[in-house]
Amino acid sequence: MGAVMTVINIAYFIAAILFIVGLKQMSSPTTARRGILWAGVGMVLATVVTFAHPELEGAVNYLLIVLGIAIGGGLAWWSGRKVAMTDMPQMIALYNGMGGGAAAGIGAIYLLQADPETASDVVLAIAVVGSLIGSVAFSGSMVAFAKLQGLMDKTVNFPAQQWVNLGVFVVTVLLGLSLALSGGDVSGPVLLLFFVLALAFGIMMTLPIGGADMPVVISLYNALTGLAVGFKGFVLDNPALMIAGVVVGAAGTLLTQLMAKAMNRKLSNVLFKQFGGGAGGAAEEVTGSLKPIEAPDAGIMMAFANKVIIVPGYGMAVAQAQHKIWELTQLLIQRDVAVKFAIHPVAGRMPGHMNVLLAEAGVPYDIIYDLDEINNEFKTADVAVVIGANDVVNPIARTDPDSPIYGMPILNADEAHNVIVIKRGRGAGFSGIENHLFYADNTRMLYGDGQKAASELIAAIKELG
Amino acid sequence: MIEGFVALYIFMLAAFTGYEVISKVPVILHTPLMSGSNFIHGIVLVGTMVALGHAATPLEQLIGFVAVILAAGNAVGGYVVTERMLEMFKTSRGGK
Repeated sequence: MGAVMTVINIAYFIAAILFIVGLKQMSSPTTARRGILWAGVGMVLATVVTFAHPELEGAVNYLLIVLGIAIGGGLAWWSGRKVAMTDMPQMIALYNGMGGGAAAGIGAIYLLQADPETASDVVLAIAVVGSLIGSVAFSGSMVAFAKLQGLMDKTVNFPAQQWVNLGVFVVTVLLGLSLALSGGDVSGPVLLLFFVLALAFGIMMTLPIGGADMPVVISLYNALTGLAVGFKGFVLDNPALMIAGVVVGAAGTLLTQLMAKAMNRKLSNVLFKQFGGGAGGAAEEVTGSLKPIEAPDAGIMMAFANKVIIVPGYGMAVAQAQHKIWELTQLLIQRDVAVKFAIHPVAGRMPGHMNVLLAEAGVPYDIIYDLDEINNEFKTADVAVVIGANDVVNPIARTDPDSPIYGMPILNADEAHNVIVIKRGRGAGFSGIENHLFYADNTRMLYGDGQKAASELIAAIKELG
Repeated sequence: MIEGFVALYIFMLAAFTGYEVISKVPVILHTPLMSGSNFIHGIVLVGTMVALGHAATPLEQLIGFVAVILAAGNAVGGYVVTERMLEMFKTSRGGK
């Protein structure tokens, strides 16, 4: 091992430490900012020393590397700077997909270059597995991006879809197996077909998944990309890739499990069963009626309350209402109303999506509570304000075993003395299930766009002086 | 070449590390953490640089070039959005 390689390996070692320390710091609100900075330092360090890597040769290749980093990095910098906070989920899906594609690209080059004289079956197999995972994460993330960005209709279903998908997967694996057992004598057409089918499988697997399940899917693809990168580390004999990739793969898997658990959905159900519809989709009986309320009355109700709990959902993100909600909260706090935010683990399109939006508006994180922390407090709240949330406050999840969301932990907004639901229209929630909370005796509906409704509430409270 | 079993040990220890490091993360940080871990696998950039670095045919160069663009996008984009999200976290007691 030459002196240059020693320096490079030391740099990779430091980078790996920085990644792990950074990830650790990112799991606490007080140190999170420092965490991403440390990880960033590790990334720059690892990238810079790689330019001295002895395996890099040829002026053209050097030029292409610099050009590629400039193009990819520049575009990502520009798009990452200008994207709105509400669009974060799809941007993460996009960047994640790019990483998966890059890992698949490494695999493709390795397999093209494989030399029958020196290739080992184990390394070939790892390269194939990494390529398969990377390709699926790439095309799957792109579909997730297109769906969340509104470029693609919600779901695509056709008869025997899961069997077709399974068939494609089996053929892809068989092709991969033949590549792995080729002993390095890789056939071009087989390689091409392998990648085409792997990409197709990623698309087909993601198409039938509904928007409500997207957080879990994006998290899963994030973990998969990490794993693919880890495998590429083994192929390239690069410990920085190995460690960073596998750490992310494991952390992402845990995160995926936490999210699936919060939704009371098994991961296998998210991936292989369509949500709602089908069996058990019969229209349920709803007793009671929807009782509308005007903003001035709702404002008075909140202004004279002792305790108000706000339950935000995806509707708040769509309406960009978080700034107005914080303004409203500040007004109420000035009037000595205790205001708390209750966040369901899967409110929005990502875990913690609501927290990010509220943080953007300036809401301090110590008045924001998780489901477990706040669920017993609804009993003592005078008013629960549900803004743009639906399924996460639907009491049917507690009562109706036939409901598709039965058993999902929900926020007990129905236990508050009064419930105000800010909602655009009368339609059902994302899952298509009627919400019994909206028909309850203590619930009033404030119809309108979240931002407009919040403005009206602010005006109403200001009038009180 | 890192020997087979050493590689296996690295794999196992890294997996446990990843699992342990985020096991106590509050829900509030889930999205930034997903984004942050997304940034960290942007290290694939280093791999694509090496792969493109010894690309010999135009086809390999093309694949490598696209891979470098994608990987750079992963790393830079992941960093920018994570940093932007974390920038916003503050308490009601003031300060960061």
